Amino acid sequence: MRGPPWRRRAGWTVHYGLLALYVGFALFPLYWLFKVSVTPNDLLYSEGVRLWPSHMTLDHYASVIRHTDFPLYFENSTIVSTATAAFATAFAALAGYAFSRFAFRGKTGLVGLMLLTQMFPLVMIIAPIFRLLAPLGLTNSLTGLVLVYTAFNVPFATFLMQSFFDAIPRELEEAAMIDGATRLGALLRIILPLTLPGVAATLGFVFTAAWSELLFALMLNSSPEASTFPVGLLSFVSKFSVDFGQMMAAGVLALIPVCAFFFLIQRYLVQGLTAGAVKG
Amino acid sequence: MSAIDIVGVHKQFGATQVLRGIDLAIPSGEFVVLVGPSGCGKSTLLRVIAGLEDVSAGDITIAGRRVNDLAPKDRDLAMVFQSYALYPHMTVRDNMSYSLKLRRTAPEAIASAVKRAAAKLGLAGLLERKPRALSGGQRQRVAMGRAIVRAPKAFLFDEPLSNLDARLREQMRYEIRKLHRDLGATSIYVTHDQIEAMTMADRIVAMNEGVVQQVGTPDALYDDPANTFVAGFIGSPAMNFLVGTATSRDGGTDITVGRERLVRLRLMPPTSDGQVTVGLRPERTMLSRSGAGARATIDLIEPTGLGSVVHLDLDGQLLKLFTTDRARLEPAEAVVIDVRPDDVLLFDPATGARLRPLS
Repeated sequence: MRGPPWRRRAGWTVHYGLLALYVGFALFPLYWLFKVSVTPNDLLYSEGVRLWPSHMTLDHYASVIRHTDFPLYFENSTIVSTATAAFATAFAALAGYAFSRFAFRGKTGLVGLMLLTQMFPLVMIIAPIFRLLAPLGLTNSLTGLVLVYTAFNVPFATFLMQSFFDAIPRELEEAAMIDGATRLGALLRIILPLTLPGVAATLGFVFTAAWSELLFALMLNSSPEASTFPVGLLSFVSKFSVDFGQMMAAGVLALIPVCAFFFLIQRYLVQGLTAGAVKG
Repeated sequence: MSAIDIVGVHKQFGATQVLRGIDLAIPSGEFVVLVGPSGCGKSTLLRVIAGLEDVSAGDITIAGRRVNDLAPKDRDLAMVFQSYALYPHMTVRDNMSYSLKLRRTAPEAIASAVKRAAAKLGLAGLLERKPRALSGGQRQRVAMGRAIVRAPKAFLFDEPLSNLDARLREQMRYEIRKLHRDLGATSIYVTHDQIEAMTMADRIVAMNEGVVQQVGTPDALYDDPANTFVAGFIGSPAMNFLVGTATSRDGGTDITVGRERLVRLRLMPPTSDGQVTVGLRPERTMLSRSGAGARATIDLIEPTGLGSVVHLDLDGQLLKLFTTDRARLEPAEAVVIDVRPDDVLLFDPATGARLRPLS
């Protein structure tokens, strides 16, 4: 932004004004979620639309934690999402590295196949997957869910990781190999530290996808012991009423792990780690 | 025994032939420069020696050991890349000690080796910095330091100076030569810059289209090129190639360009139709105002400070010559070209091969 000071200031104002508008728009539903979660049930319908209830309560949170299966769902979701993120990212990193660095027979075919897996509506393949998993005892089990989530997330995660590997100059690992490292050594000690932003992004992506997945979780696991949190949310919807207060409280609680996860990885998400590797 | 022997090396990528039968013996301690235009296969040859690419056919021997099936890490070479390829997440010290650490060298030995190399390259004050906090020239030095910190069997340089500005390049050219003098290590240096090749090499290997065109000292390639490729590639401004006619009689050969008789040479082998390509170095072609030589007209004069490049019209053909003589030449002036017979090189127009006197 160039020009006289007043113009720069005006530009700045418009720029950030628009950004603020967008952020407000995007975050408003979250605000509403929080607002409803602290609104007492008797005020929920009686007060009309207000930005903040006339008095707030944490009763919904208390009852979600004490009187429902939510802590269990929570635990299940955490286990499933963490495991899925770890497995999918590990596979995707190895596959992405291979796609990025090696020329091998059937590479194009393999890429095509991976793309193909992304093209079906999931609803179509739920029945076959159920049929496959049931005899193996993998329905009503967290393992089954991890397996399915990993399988469905690996292709996209692979493309993601491949693009991160592509951005790292080949000469770096060549230099390491001439310096005396094996290819795997170069990958682990030179390339992987530089791909941490990519690994973090992939972990985050897969974790969030697994955390919020409903369809498979609902269809494959019917027992409460193996239910994840999105399935649990549905339990607040009964035939005759919806317990919005508790539902929203559970929703807010469900945000916490995701936020915590991104808080943990955000410093790796910062780009520019490879600056200075090559000329400049 | 040679330090590095390359015998009948072929390399193809799919259907593309990149190296077509390279034979080269590099004696221990020699500084060899591979030079050629981009795509000539010089970098591929270097990468094949390093083990970063497999050969399609042929053998590579380092210090008497066939290394075709050896991984890069087991060939005991050091390489400086064009892009430097510094490890961005490591400090200069870690960059330089990485290869020694991988070889399980004792920490005290590493520390002293890094210290010595850093002192040699003027990096002593920068050891704790990360590459991104260095200038281009400093990064280049770190890349050099990473190579010289251990004593490999040979150094490989892949256009290490092409990312530097002209002044720095000249300085590093000199420093690399000096390092070579001090370390005496066998070095293979790849460049597309013929000046770099001329100034640095003990021996130049001129390559084109995957074939070695000529191997020799810089002077040999300049004075006695084997073909039009080498003649045209080495030297700046580039050699003139004129279409001429050779007529042999009375134990000598007369060279005519257009209607102008240029020079009489010792007896030359005949070409199929009497046509020859006449090579004249701009700086070895003289002008006089009168005399018996071929007549030409001055077309254009480019002053370069050191001298001038004079564009001449020699019966319809362009001839450039370089002169430091600040004679008051004027465009459109008629002049006479004066060359010594030894400075006129003849080539076969069909093959580009050099034609040498018969006796």
